[in-house]
Amino acid sequence: MNGLAPPSRMSKTSRFPAHPVAGLAGTSFKHEHLHAILGDDPKGGFFEVHAENYMGAGGPPHDALTKIRRDSPVSLHGVCMSIGGPRPLDKAHLGRFKALVDRYEPALVSEHLAWSTHDTTYYNDLLPLPYTPATVSRVADHIDEVQGTIGRPILLENPSTYVLFPESTMSETDFIRALVQRTGCGLLLDVNNVFVSATNHGYSALSYLADFPLDHVGEIHLAGHAEQEDDEGDLLLIDSHDGPVEDAVWTLFDIVIGRCGPLPTLIEWDSDIPSWPVLKAEAAAAQAILDRHADSLFGKAHAAG
Amino acid sequence: MPQDEFQSGDPGRRFDYAAAFTAGLLDPDRAPPDAVSGPNGKAAVKRYAVYRNNVTVSLIDALAASFPATMRITGPDFFRAMARFHVRETPPTSPLLFEYGRDFPDFIECYEYAQSMPWLADVARLERAWLDAYHAADAEPLAPGALASIPPERLADTVFVPHPATRAICSRYPVVTIFAANRSDGPVGRIQAGGPEDALVTRPGLEVFVCHLPPGGAVFLDRLVAGEPLGASAAAAFAERAEFDLSANIAGLLQAGAFTAAHQGG
Repeated sequence: MNGLAPPSRMSKTSRFPAHPVAGLAGTSFKHEHLHAILGDDPKGGFFEVHAENYMGAGGPPHDALTKIRRDSPVSLHGVCMSIGGPRPLDKAHLGRFKALVDRYEPALVSEHLAWSTHDTTYYNDLLPLPYTPATVSRVADHIDEVQGTIGRPILLENPSTYVLFPESTMSETDFIRALVQRTGCGLLLDVNNVFVSATNHGYSALSYLADFPLDHVGEIHLAGHAEQEDDEGDLLLIDSHDGPVEDAVWTLFDIVIGRCGPLPTLIEWDSDIPSWPVLKAEAAAAQAILDRHADSLFGKAHAAG
Repeated sequence: MPQDEFQSGDPGRRFDYAAAFTAGLLDPDRAPPDAVSGPNGKAAVKRYAVYRNNVTVSLIDALAASFPATMRITGPDFFRAMARFHVRETPPTSPLLFEYGRDFPDFIECYEYAQSMPWLADVARLERAWLDAYHAADAEPLAPGALASIPPERLADTVFVPHPATRAICSRYPVVTIFAANRSDGPVGRIQAGGPEDALVTRPGLEVFVCHLPPGGAVFLDRLVAGEPLGASAAAAFAERAEFDLSANIAGLLQAGAFTAAHQGG
């Protein structure tokens, strides 16, 4: 629909090796792990960075990301484009995002179905939006603008939410499908977000996944969550990214990979950050599930051939 | 069309869910917006409070990450209470969190409960300069021997190009000593210094470099950074402090990598 070529078909001189990301598990890149990661041999996974942390002019962040990108596939994950907000995108921020895409040639580029800036204030959280035909139109315009600027499709991430908007007239999965149809964007399926939102709003995570346009998913996120209570004393899950992935989320992940095949899968762990071996072990657990499904796919193809 | 109302900034903001949603994010006394609820008519007080908490705590965390020595001096409870006031009064205007906190030192200077620590705002100023140096553009510093190629009679006209990371911080307190003692995880020990200290902050390579500038050094550096030639900058420093030592200052700045180039002024 938008006629955007994938990065591999672009004619330009690469500063970095291609490093394919297909079928790999990866982790959030944390600066304190740099030394341990550089000492790893062989390097198996990919690394995801929050784009905004690399929007300074120079210094150690760019030095570290250059070293990481030299050895491994990198996923560039934008956190505050406010694609889901009602106001026009911040052109300066979009320009900085494009500069990072050009500079680091990431294997994956993603952003959120959420917003974080309103008027002149940046709230540093992923805030929710109502799902209506009017907001589909607005959000689709924003996705078109991002994709047009960076010259490639993005993966849009499903949110974790704690409230609903009674004015919503569409389900989240219908809303996301409409965005895919309008913009040609891909999807980042955050399985923990599915579990958190399903729990918080009293629907089944499996039926959400059954309605989700899985054919367009290009990356999976897994993360830990925390437990609180809502006003009625019922369980309210918080997308805290501060611990290991819960068993229920691993089970959903296994089901998704069984349907989609081995997709690039990221372990997000952003606070109470563990040592590198602990984080790496969590990615290895995801890799084992990806490999098991890859083997069974290969087995099927082999048997069919 | 709803789209047109978005674009014309409909005064009723019927479609501006963001305005309704943000109104109470930094104000704990406000009720949740009418526009949101829980499922099946459940209440949204605790649910909305999750967003309110995420916003406030993550911004306090951002200040704590940018001002670690300041927090070590005050202790985390004092720091987080102080930061909470600042976050509610002056939330960030940029999505780049490393830009946040430019107004925090001035806030600390006026903060009622910090008046017994008059040096605290200057420590925060030094930490803010450290963070700017950390993210500044990379540049190769001028070699310390570079001035040898300039004829002595032309030295007074020489103009220096500052490294993008170079900053001077002036203080009536021993800010460099206090900063250095509180910036690491090691024991703080006894702080001996008592006099005023001006600081040089720069980053010739990947490591931010902070040092104590000798008397008159901050005036000298500020003039050079502003593009004034060496002679005029030295005269300003002498006027400020009679004991200003020109050769020690210029050697120290070159050794620190404070400049990227030197050329003859026009």
